[in-house]
Amino acid sequence: MATIKKTLAEINEKIKKGKAVVLNALEMAELVQKVGKEKAAREVDVVTTGTFSPMCSSGLLFNFGQYPPLIKASKVWLNGVPAYAGLAAVDAYLGATEPAEDDPLNKVFPGQFKYGGGHVIEDLVRGKSVHLRALAYGTDCYPRKFLEKDITLGELRNAILLNPRNCYQNYNCAVNLSSKIKYTYMGPLRPNLGNANFATSGPLSPLFNDPYLRTIGTGTKIFLGGGIGYVIGYGTQHNPSPSRNERGLPLVPAATLMLKGDLKQMQARYLRGVSLIGYGCSLSVGVGIPIPILDEEMAWFTGVRAEDILMPVIDYGEDYGQGKAKALKYVNYAELLAGEIELEGKKIPTVPLTSYSLSLEIANKLKEWIEKGEFLLTESQEQIPSY
Amino acid sequence: MPGSKKYPSKIISLHFSKNVSRKPMMCTLARKFDLTFNILKARITPKEEGHMIIELSGPEEDFQKGLSYLMEQGITIQEVSQNITRDEDSCMHCGVCLSLCLPQALYLEKESRLIKFDSNKCTACGRCTRVCPVNAMQVQIDTNGE
Repeated sequence: MATIKKTLAEINEKIKKGKAVVLNALEMAELVQKVGKEKAAREVDVVTTGTFSPMCSSGLLFNFGQYPPLIKASKVWLNGVPAYAGLAAVDAYLGATEPAEDDPLNKVFPGQFKYGGGHVIEDLVRGKSVHLRALAYGTDCYPRKFLEKDITLGELRNAILLNPRNCYQNYNCAVNLSSKIKYTYMGPLRPNLGNANFATSGPLSPLFNDPYLRTIGTGTKIFLGGGIGYVIGYGTQHNPSPSRNERGLPLVPAATLMLKGDLKQMQARYLRGVSLIGYGCSLSVGVGIPIPILDEEMAWFTGVRAEDILMPVIDYGEDYGQGKAKALKYVNYAELLAGEIELEGKKIPTVPLTSYSLSLEIANKLKEWIEKGEFLLTESQEQIPSY
Repeated sequence: MPGSKKYPSKIISLHFSKNVSRKPMMCTLARKFDLTFNILKARITPKEEGHMIIELSGPEEDFQKGLSYLMEQGITIQEVSQNITRDEDSCMHCGVCLSLCLPQALYLEKESRLIKFDSNKCTACGRCTRVCPVNAMQVQIDTNGE
């Protein structure tokens, strides 16, 4: 039998005709298990993935337009949350983790971090009016020194969700070996191994389904925050050469993606401002990436199951903060899903930070778009290094 | 034993006015009726008003008599489960709340991977309200302005 080779153009033709066979990553895993990678590669054209997790390295690049006299803003706030304004006249960048300027932070520990950049982004997407404040030193060409205005997303000239690091391929499972409760970006960790927190959608997660980023690269069109977005390269802290298991799946946090998309077409259901007690503000981002089944190898990769994925258990009680993180043990994702892992002879309840149900919903939504012929796949223009 | 299989148990919240907060009513409750209780939370405010959350169990008849007795003494009783709400539109079903919900009133339903809330197990400790990243959990226990 001839080896299976499909091109993206052929798959797109099928999508346009409404004939493409699209499965979500869980369905694909089941199919590959049942009929093998060759038959699965023959039958399936696209596999959809999804994840919905706090992704701190996210933010909004926006241009708020001029209201004469003109201004070259040097300090900008949205709803009291500072944005970075060291860009051209009315451009600014609002980071997801930036707390409101008057937030008490961790002065009374653990801080609540009720409102920050992520919340502003969610409010904008919900259509709420947001208070813009801008200060300038004034120049000959930009005389205005102060601007204050309530604006909505529709009134912003541009609003681009621009996330420097999303979709971490694998991540730590966090525990606390110390005798005090720890409030971390991985959620609260009770002392003496009280709970084990993890953040990935596992077999649904985009980069577990394409571990060497064969099909995901600069220019890949994706589901981002309920709308359309693009991969624009590798993300910050991207690690191209992690240690891997026999399936090629990284054993440590590895590949990352930089993403962008027009905020004006996104939905608040998939873009939520979050407050992580004792840690700070963030943004939960919904991402879904389609993976074309070009050949048997891609069918095999997308056949990844929960038990194939190994995650390192790291002590956040002491080790992590001191930069001495070491894997106390590797646990597989099936154990994490089942609700209990064992460490040092102790059974520890597991706690997810990633919404598995929303991750699946995203994979299914993307599947629906492709099935309807509304969403075509794009060719990656530059490979993201991964080996 | 509270919560024993023999009898149904209920988690209730009691409010004692200034006049009654110094009386040994819980002791009397246990002596007069075939009831057992487990104190989950108790405090007296600077205004000398009392607030207590107990898990109470015993035969239905004694249970009702016991509650009547407490009410006759001027104690306001609320079922804890009536005071906990979750904003279903807001909940993302992530699971962060599971970290601190020791009675496992919040739990993960394996099949649907949704976070479910069993209000009967809730002790109204309020930890979930502080830890929920989107502020979806609300506990309203009348603590007399405490």
